[in-house]
Amino acid sequence: MSAHSAESERLKGTARYTWGGDEFLFIEIDESMSLAANFKANSMASSLSARALPGITDVCPANASLLIRFDPDVLDPAELEAAARAIETEVDAAEHQTLDTRIVEIPVWYDDPFTRETGARFRSGHQKPDGTDLDFAAESNGLASAAEFISRHHGSPWLVSMVGFVAGLPFMFQMVPREEQLEVPKYLSPRTDTPPLTVGHGGCFACIYSVRGAGGYQMFGVAAAPIFDPAQRLEDFKDFMIFFKPGDIVTFRPVNQDEYERIQRQVEDGTFVYRQAPVTFDLAEALEDPHRYNQEILEHLNVV
Amino acid sequence: MSFEILEPGLSTTVQDLGRLGYYNVGIPQGGSMDQWSAELANAVVGNTAAEAVLECTYLGPRFRTTEAAVIAISGAPVDVKVNGENREQWTRLELAAGDEVSFGFLQSGTRFYIAVRGGIDVPLVLGSRSTYSLGSLGGFKGRKLEAGDIVPVGQAPATATAGLDGIDTAMRPIFTRDQDIRVVCGLYDHRLTEAGLDTLLSSTWTLTPVADRTGLRYAGPAIEWKPRQQPFGAGSDPSNIVDAGYAVGSIQIPGGKEPIALHRDAVSGGGYAMVATVISADMDLLARNAPGTKTRFLAVTMDEALSARAELKAVRSRLWGK
Repeated sequence: MSAHSAESERLKGTARYTWGGDEFLFIEIDESMSLAANFKANSMASSLSARALPGITDVCPANASLLIRFDPDVLDPAELEAAARAIETEVDAAEHQTLDTRIVEIPVWYDDPFTRETGARFRSGHQKPDGTDLDFAAESNGLASAAEFISRHHGSPWLVSMVGFVAGLPFMFQMVPREEQLEVPKYLSPRTDTPPLTVGHGGCFACIYSVRGAGGYQMFGVAAAPIFDPAQRLEDFKDFMIFFKPGDIVTFRPVNQDEYERIQRQVEDGTFVYRQAPVTFDLAEALEDPHRYNQEILEHLNVV
Repeated sequence: MSFEILEPGLSTTVQDLGRLGYYNVGIPQGGSMDQWSAELANAVVGNTAAEAVLECTYLGPRFRTTEAAVIAISGAPVDVKVNGENREQWTRLELAAGDEVSFGFLQSGTRFYIAVRGGIDVPLVLGSRSTYSLGSLGGFKGRKLEAGDIVPVGQAPATATAGLDGIDTAMRPIFTRDQDIRVVCGLYDHRLTEAGLDTLLSSTWTLTPVADRTGLRYAGPAIEWKPRQQPFGAGSDPSNIVDAGYAVGSIQIPGGKEPIALHRDAVSGGGYAMVATVISADMDLLARNAPGTKTRFLAVTMDEALSARAELKAVRSRLWGK
């Protein structure tokens, strides 16, 4: 087995560096989304954060790019670019591309009444005015039914490729070959309302809306437990109010109404804890035989 | 001591210098939209630049102070009243316990600021007192003020100075409906046609009413994107990219229509290509512009942006006497 995939070879030394005014450096790893591009963006972000250069205020890894905020009064832009380019060279040269992360199980009530009701309110102007977002998603992917779409949705794990848009919202990329990726166009015109914890999908990305608000992703269900807890009441939020980190691996577990309500009670009385386990993610293995590798990763949850 | 809010105004929030360092998880910097105005009000009452103030949008609050207090009003021009009597902006106002403060309509601009000696004393959340309404985080209970709120005011440290005796007219911000905004082109500007970029930089844009702490939307001519086979994951429109981090101040043009400039409560990322970024020195100008403002985006180099930043820093140093 080669330590480097063709995909990560292709991305060596090709990042594009450009400025967002006098306080932001933007580095585009690739125009297209891929596991390899995301891995490189996250690796560069980790190295840059670890270096803790004075004057860097934010390092924000995204799907296939990263954004760095800096104070040009402290750190000269040219110096920052040189440091970032040196890190790119280091990341490209890494022998074995691995990431110490965790796998997390997220219980989801698919086809729930909350997103169904909201979806019904925004039907006019939708690509499928006479159906649901799930019907549209199934149709867009050539699947026979919403049920089949749902089963594909939780059938393989997802990588958190970016956290943002609003506080704590994870973008997730399914860890399957490109031809198996679920792709669903976004709403033609964004909604003004989305229930909190909606599991959404736009393009090739899944997301979980951390707060109620506007949104353009199709809605498939609702996560049973919070992912953003400003009061830091639950165990998983003791250290920080936001649950997800880039690099987290997510597996969705479908729950019915009874179980959803049981989890809600646990959240209320403060006893809910996410099922999770540490894993070391190996990019080359993941790219070589995704389905076998996904099974291996999922096994980690069984020992919890 | 505290302020009792009798009427909240349209959108009155607690703000300060902002909350840097959490943009990587989607928490915006926040802070006073018009930083310079907020800073001037703080200087007048003898605070440092870091004390939290009240940011009032269009329609101000009506409130009563429970104890004697020293306040100053800065920002957009507005009639200030204490117990129904007219008072001045840009100067110290000494309030007695029970005094009631209210405001008339804005004469121009969008936001004015109320600083109080000792600062608005809500708890620090992730290092800042700024309100992030969308995340119900920081400020007063994570939201804009409501009637009946009791807003705590801090104790000024013994070392605090008396503050400035008013602000020279030359130092006060200008509120205009004809605005030049300097931008640095970059990010995804190569995705626009030459004509498209030229349209952005040579047209006069009109600020629409869709302008808030998140961003400002402008009306004007259509802007041309280069057609292309869209990359995997980027979405179908030529203005779409694989979702990426958004620079604060960056300008995106969804569908080639109505550019949006992101401001201090920016969403941290999304799938629209950015083509230019407002320079840090001009962010306050954007914050002061009311809908209808005629705006030109002028391209400058990074060096010019850094010079403008240095000039602003020098003015700030003069204000604080260091």
